[in-house]
Amino acid sequence: MPKFEYAPAPESRAIVTIEKSYGLFIDGAFTRPRATFPTLNPADETVLAEVSQASPEDVDTAVAAARRAYEGVWGRMSGAERGKYLFRIARILQERAREFAVLETLDNGKPIKETRDVDVPVAAAHFFYHAGWADKLEYAGLSASGADVPRPHGVVGQVIPWNFPLLMLAWKIAPALATGNTVVLKPAETTPLSALLFAEVCQQADLPAGVVNIITGDGSTGQALVEHPDVDKIAFTGSTDVGKAIARSIAGTSKKATLELGGKAANIVFDDAPLDQAVEGIVNGIFFNQGQVCCAGSRLLVQENVHDQVVAKLKRRLDTLRVGDPMDKNSDLGAINSRAQLDRITSLVEAGVAEGAERWSPECTLPAKGYWFPPTVLTGVSQTHRVATEEIFGPVLSVLTFRTPQEAVAKANNTAYGLSAGVWTEKGSRILWMADQLKAGVVWANTFNRFDPTSPFGGYKESGYGREGGRHGLEAYVTTAPATLTGAAR
Amino acid sequence: MSRLDVRKTYKLYIGGKFPRSESGRSYEVVSATGDFIANAAMGSRKDVRDAVVAARGALGGWSGTTAYNRGQVLYRVAEVLEGRRAQFVDEVGAAEGLPARAAGAVVDAAIDRVVWYAGWTDKIAQVLGNLNPVAGPFFNVSAPEPTGVVGILAPQSSSLLGLVSVIAPVIASGNTVVVVTSADRPLPAVTLGEVLATSDVPGGVVNIITARTAEVATWLAAHRDVNAIDLTGVAGADGVDWAALEAEAAGNLKRVYRPALVGGAPVEPDWTADPGLGRIRAFVETKTVWHPKGL
Repeated sequence: MPKFEYAPAPESRAIVTIEKSYGLFIDGAFTRPRATFPTLNPADETVLAEVSQASPEDVDTAVAAARRAYEGVWGRMSGAERGKYLFRIARILQERAREFAVLETLDNGKPIKETRDVDVPVAAAHFFYHAGWADKLEYAGLSASGADVPRPHGVVGQVIPWNFPLLMLAWKIAPALATGNTVVLKPAETTPLSALLFAEVCQQADLPAGVVNIITGDGSTGQALVEHPDVDKIAFTGSTDVGKAIARSIAGTSKKATLELGGKAANIVFDDAPLDQAVEGIVNGIFFNQGQVCCAGSRLLVQENVHDQVVAKLKRRLDTLRVGDPMDKNSDLGAINSRAQLDRITSLVEAGVAEGAERWSPECTLPAKGYWFPPTVLTGVSQTHRVATEEIFGPVLSVLTFRTPQEAVAKANNTAYGLSAGVWTEKGSRILWMADQLKAGVVWANTFNRFDPTSPFGGYKESGYGREGGRHGLEAYVTTAPATLTGAAR
Repeated sequence: MSRLDVRKTYKLYIGGKFPRSESGRSYEVVSATGDFIANAAMGSRKDVRDAVVAARGALGGWSGTTAYNRGQVLYRVAEVLEGRRAQFVDEVGAAEGLPARAAGAVVDAAIDRVVWYAGWTDKIAQVLGNLNPVAGPFFNVSAPEPTGVVGILAPQSSSLLGLVSVIAPVIASGNTVVVVTSADRPLPAVTLGEVLATSDVPGGVVNIITARTAEVATWLAAHRDVNAIDLTGVAGADGVDWAALEAEAAGNLKRVYRPALVGGAPVEPDWTADPGLGRIRAFVETKTVWHPKGL
């Protein structure tokens, strides 16, 4: 099928002002830039800005500011007042939505239509949702027994990934603030800019100094934050390996942690599914955000008798995807976030081909500069292949088959991960049976990759622990244990 | 002439059967006053592994029963416990050094605790789950599911009330368990195994290992097919470093129920206090299911 020709429709970057260099946002103000490193636009490898590498001393200063803000202001403020600050932040995010969308696309490489329609509006929605909880926590059903009132932990250290920089920030900061904690947040090394712009939002909202602190840096900064003795709770989203290291580092302490880690979701298509809809779901499941999504539907499990039909429809659909300039409103796929991630995707796909998978990509011309990988389908994948067991975190779909629902469940659950799963069938009873059997924190039936602030998100098994969003997400940020005791379930 | 009584052989409880330790070892159990009571099986690493296999095997069936059914089975446990009340009063009295009256109160509290949890089984999803009003045309529901196979280090002091207080909330939601008993007061746990075996609790749902805590705790904490571990029994256990156990548990990201701490040191909780929902909540996973609404 020929591709329709579209004239380029680039979003203007004039709406956003990027500073030459950024300091750290500590105690309500920016420090002077120091020990800077560049952050790039992955679509063309140009330098967007220089940001500061926070040292252990900087982490100390930020944690101390958060502690002072917790004890002096935020921990004592009424929930109603805290809530009003969160409402303000939500509104400012909405007012400056276009600016955030452009900045996020420049720094991350994802298409503007995603930052504009998903990342930024959903981030604002998280603040709006949690604002309302701030003065209603005693109604959230979190008490261990009837009498205890939920209390904040204190200072929360948060480390977030590069795939949804602003949205992950919102997932972390909104519940922490609503419950009365103060925050030190480290954005990912390759995507710090939207968090630094968010610091400005905190200033515009007159959020008391020290309630939110943003420190940039690499993994060593994150480690210093996680291991800081005056941090009461850790919230981390990232790889399972780092998640395990964090779990080990806080063993035997009274620090709490929530970990949102990797995934290898099965997207299961039965022969009675509406196949055209299913194909849309498969595409959304693995090519949204270039597949750089922990809950991506990276393993397509298709019933054997419709395998050829589904793969043919899928390839036909992929022929129409537009890969290119993330700032172009017509682009469906943008750039891979970094050289390191591109190398990882490339090497895993090569391993898949070496193990016997057949590789297919639509014809597309990739830009000469920047980090690009075409949408890729691997067929003939078996369960032991690395591309069926390891998280690729890229626009790569591994296709496997099954014959019976029982086999689909066994294959879907045959992973150390357990973050998400998809089911496509017209049969209601089968959807509910499958949903019961799948060991995954989120099950999307006849849809995929849906997110909402009211809907808890988080994994089983090695996809981590704790939930984010909804009533359940509040649980991680409060304690109901008697003040004399620490420990117990985190 | 007084009659010579028939003594009981105290063994492990794994997969619904009562084996001796595969290691062939046993150890002396003495009363609070130091008198010999019995030889208990000294469970080993292999016994722990066998118990995990049994617990994993029982998980599908137990988590798949209706909550109503699990509630009735737990209530049946209370019924059979009540019938064995006198035996437990003797064993708890000897283990904990309590006079009959005080031991009786402990046994009564243990029976009542099981009844309390029996009534929880079909309320958990209602209290811990909910519909989510997402901003779009979707049905969206979050509900708790059992975490899976749970390892429990049972409290060292409270040999029956503490023991049922850590097991009941975990199996109420549909988990299966491997329990390492109090090292020095293991006998009421073995008798509890006999109660479970005659209460319609399917074999493998609760597996009971009498052992030296320090020896087997590491294997349980490190086992890759265990989904969660309750470290309550580190309080007062000889030679157990709970930080090391928690670090081992990170190998497969087990959910860890930490011991209660006072001044940084593990303490055994007050088992007579209102147990609350904490132990139920700690061993469930929230699953959220989405489906579009439309014509």
